[in-house]
Amino acid sequence: MLRRRKRTEAMFKIVGIGSLALAIGTLALLFGALVVEGASRIDWQFLTSFPSRRAMQAGVLPALVGSSLIMLVTAVVGIPLGVAAAIYLEEYARRTWLTELIEVTVTNLAGVPSIIFGLLALGLFVYILGLGASILTAGLTLALLILPVVIVTTREAIRAIPVQIREAAFALGATKWQTVSHHVLPYSAAGILTGIILSLSRAIGETAPIVTIGALTFIAFLPPAPFTDQPPFLSFEWLMSPFTVMPIQMFAWVSRPGADFASNAAAAGLLLVCMTFAMNGLAIYVRYRMRKRVSW
Amino acid sequence: MDKAVAAMQDGISARQPTVAAIGARRKARQRRELVIESGLFLAALVSVAATVTILAILFSESLGFFKTVPLIDFLTDTLWTPLFANPHYGILPLLAGTVVTSMVGLLVAIPLGTVSAIYLSEFASSRTRETIKPVLELLGAVPTIVYGYFALLVVTPALQTLWSDLPGFNMLGPGIVIGIMILPLVISLSEDAMRAVPMVLREGSYAVGATRLQTAWRVVVPAATSGLVAAYVLGVSRAVGETMVVAIAAGQNPNLTWNPMEPAATITAYIVQVALGDLPHGSIGYQSIFAAGLVLAVMTFAFNMLGHIMRKRFREIY
Repeated sequence: MLRRRKRTEAMFKIVGIGSLALAIGTLALLFGALVVEGASRIDWQFLTSFPSRRAMQAGVLPALVGSSLIMLVTAVVGIPLGVAAAIYLEEYARRTWLTELIEVTVTNLAGVPSIIFGLLALGLFVYILGLGASILTAGLTLALLILPVVIVTTREAIRAIPVQIREAAFALGATKWQTVSHHVLPYSAAGILTGIILSLSRAIGETAPIVTIGALTFIAFLPPAPFTDQPPFLSFEWLMSPFTVMPIQMFAWVSRPGADFASNAAAAGLLLVCMTFAMNGLAIYVRYRMRKRVSW
Repeated sequence: MDKAVAAMQDGISARQPTVAAIGARRKARQRRELVIESGLFLAALVSVAATVTILAILFSESLGFFKTVPLIDFLTDTLWTPLFANPHYGILPLLAGTVVTSMVGLLVAIPLGTVSAIYLSEFASSRTRETIKPVLELLGAVPTIVYGYFALLVVTPALQTLWSDLPGFNMLGPGIVIGIMILPLVISLSEDAMRAVPMVLREGSYAVGATRLQTAWRVVVPAATSGLVAAYVLGVSRAVGETMVVAIAAGQNPNLTWNPMEPAATITAYIVQVALGDLPHGSIGYQSIFAAGLVLAVMTFAFNMLGHIMRKRFREIY
């Protein structure tokens, strides 16, 4: 009987490892498929060309520029808002119904499907505020989308700072904000940074909300440059420019029949996956370094 | 030495501000603190504002929709053809598509996720766990559009070698891919739930001679039930809201069927389809995506609430 039990035990271990292997194998298969189909398409021409009716002349330049600019808007808006909200909830908020309400909405927003954020943006930013399907609209939409992620990860990082640190600062006469800005934030910076990187890596791959606000799939121009030769040398016209992003470009190519466009799609997908993996790898590394260094 | 001390005391007394100056400084400081606190509070309110705006927009646009389409037709009509000359607005076909793809996803994610989580929580060494978890995180980080490509151009062709009459657009392929997609979430939530089960329960089980596997199945899993259910429910919520995979690989035609081998549009796929076209603002087609979005929001909201209540429960027990 003992032997039978040991055998079932061993069999379960194999099943467990097998199911994990299946998950990880799928990841490998997915990556492999992208490499086989798309790696040969990625060259200088692909990175610096506009989309084209002819698959072999098409490229991702507007999509790369669009993605970068939108990430810029998302980061500038979403990160300060998220970090500030987290600081408020962890350090300032008293237990009131309002705090409770804020916490419930944060949890809730984290579970809202991304396409609903697209509908929000379509109704609010595109029509009510009249911003159109612009870089600004897309950036604000993704900023709202990453807000709950930034808040949750920042709160976790802040909560890990021992309360004695705060008490020591208060004992020396520091105000609340001095305590937060001189001690709590610097000590939790690595944790916050991890959350920020992960949230941006999620935002860069988001497709559904951007499709919903009406992004174009075929863009043969770049947004106006942010720098001009006239004073004041800075121009924010690009914020209102139409755009495309990497996931939308890939979507456009996937939806088109023909093996050439499929391989363009794979190439765009490969770039996208490499970007998100690089960001995730960076986040894992920051977290690992942080764990090693911190000893309270 | 004395001189130095005297000089220092001089220095200190020279810098000693008057009482009035201290008061003024304290006031300025308090004002600054208040400004900062208010700023932080406003930032925290953004998520409340976002939630309220989402609800307001979904409801107000849907209201316009339900002025034209009676609610009873919306819920019982078996056709969804809003862009045809003779339009029908029955949500059932879209709902069926969403349910079928999510069910296929769950059939993949629940067994694989539970077994993987049991293995990680009860059998694997902590080093194995620490290596595997980041890889699973990567699986969860792949953009959904890439999963859509994978479903359409890798999984479906592979399935077609098994069933040669499987159409190029079908719900089976994307359903399986959705299952893989929600797997990391299901594994990590299930594992959390099982690791929250106190060690004493396991030790008690070992003490009466149970093996690890018996302990896992008969003690840990039952003790973690509410946490496991929470993991599945939150997985469902994610599957229901998944958009790009189904929009790319399940087809765009609303089709009231329970057969996963057929193509069918989901709620999310319909929204994408309309958004890609150029429907004028305020038209019934434009409003219809908000009505569809409202159904989706209500569904995911219900699942999320249920999931969080279940999660809270297992946290409270231990």
